[in-house]
Amino acid sequence: MTIMKTKNIFLTLLAAMVLVSCNDDDDMPTGPILPNFSGTYVQKDQMGRPAINTVFVNSNQKDAFNTTIPSEQGAVFQAMFETNLKALSPAYANMGDQNALGLDATAFTSVLATDVLTVSLDGTTTFYDGTNVLTGRALTDDVITVELLLIFGGEDFTENPSLSDDHVDANDKAFLTSFPYLASPW
Amino acid sequence: MKKTSLFFGALTVVASIAFLIAADHIDAPAVAGGTSDITDFYAFQGEDNNNIVFVANVKGLMSPTETASATFDENVMVEFNIDTNGDAVEDLVIQAIPRDGKMYFFGPTTPTSTGLNSMVESSGIRTSVEITPYGSEPITAFNAAGMTYFAGPRDDPFFMDFAQYGEIIGGNATGFNDPGTDTFAGTNVLSIVVEVPKSRIGGSGTINTWVETKTKS
Repeated sequence: MTIMKTKNIFLTLLAAMVLVSCNDDDDMPTGPILPNFSGTYVQKDQMGRPAINTVFVNSNQKDAFNTTIPSEQGAVFQAMFETNLKALSPAYANMGDQNALGLDATAFTSVLATDVLTVSLDGTTTFYDGTNVLTGRALTDDVITVELLLIFGGEDFTENPSLSDDHVDANDKAFLTSFPYLASPW
Repeated sequence: MKKTSLFFGALTVVASIAFLIAADHIDAPAVAGGTSDITDFYAFQGEDNNNIVFVANVKGLMSPTETASATFDENVMVEFNIDTNGDAVEDLVIQAIPRDGKMYFFGPTTPTSTGLNSMVESSGIRTSVEITPYGSEPITAFNAAGMTYFAGPRDDPFFMDFAQYGEIIGGNATGFNDPGTDTFAGTNVLSIVVEVPKSRIGGSGTINTWVETKTKS
């Protein structure tokens, strides 16, 4: 009994010491003793905006796109994006042709090729809601139709109506208003 | 009955287009459908307007049966990257990595190095949350940094008539159907959700964000 108790005290002390040694950063909770997380973790996949690699990157470049850091993606991939955009939506090849954001093929693909999601810290966060453009990505945003409109819809979203909306406008389950926001699994 | 036949119909469609890809599902050969394959990334203002919510999903297109046995990979780190000064280089990261049924979270913190190779940044904010088992109510964790955490299976929030997109790209159709068919209906993903005060990721203005998976070398 005494031995058990001593052992428990010893373990408690040991645990406390480990906790203290982990707690070299002052202001934050430390949580439990950490498992071993040593080692180097090497990039495999990355994503900013939805469907970018899928739509604009050639098959033999998809892994390369996933392992090129965003600050270097524009220089490496913009030309490929522009070629593929014009192949998908030939109107972009016409001089001066723009989408509803006022971007021509070069300007649009320059934005897209750096695959990061811009997020506003000051208010509405949406991919596009009719007013705000690229201030985040909410669960309910119909991001594919927005992208189709920007690719096929022309200057005023009226061109190529059969290509510019997939007519799937919402998720198959309602989202939650509170954390964790995503619907329960099927 | 109707639901069952619809479900099997969806599975057939999924199988027939499995070589294709969607939001980021199965987007590239090196990751296709595996434990490091990101399916989607979301960033939006939380229920509390002082917070931003980051969502990363992996392992797309899982049936309920597959979901019941799906697990996060202990060799895969999911890393949210946050650029606060507009140069598309991460100034802060939030890392998530699983061990023995828990998801461990680190950050937001300045990474030791930026780019393709990362270490676990364990010297700053850190918390763990029990990974929610399939069929259980969501298990969440909070910490003194004002952050909230979840990891576990959820419905895939992505929606798209991806099958018809494939038909169009393949030259077999000239346009979408109205109404379309959600290729992702009835399928699940493994989700990581982190809610963080805006004050910890730049405070105001605009940030650039993206998510990465990194495997232990």
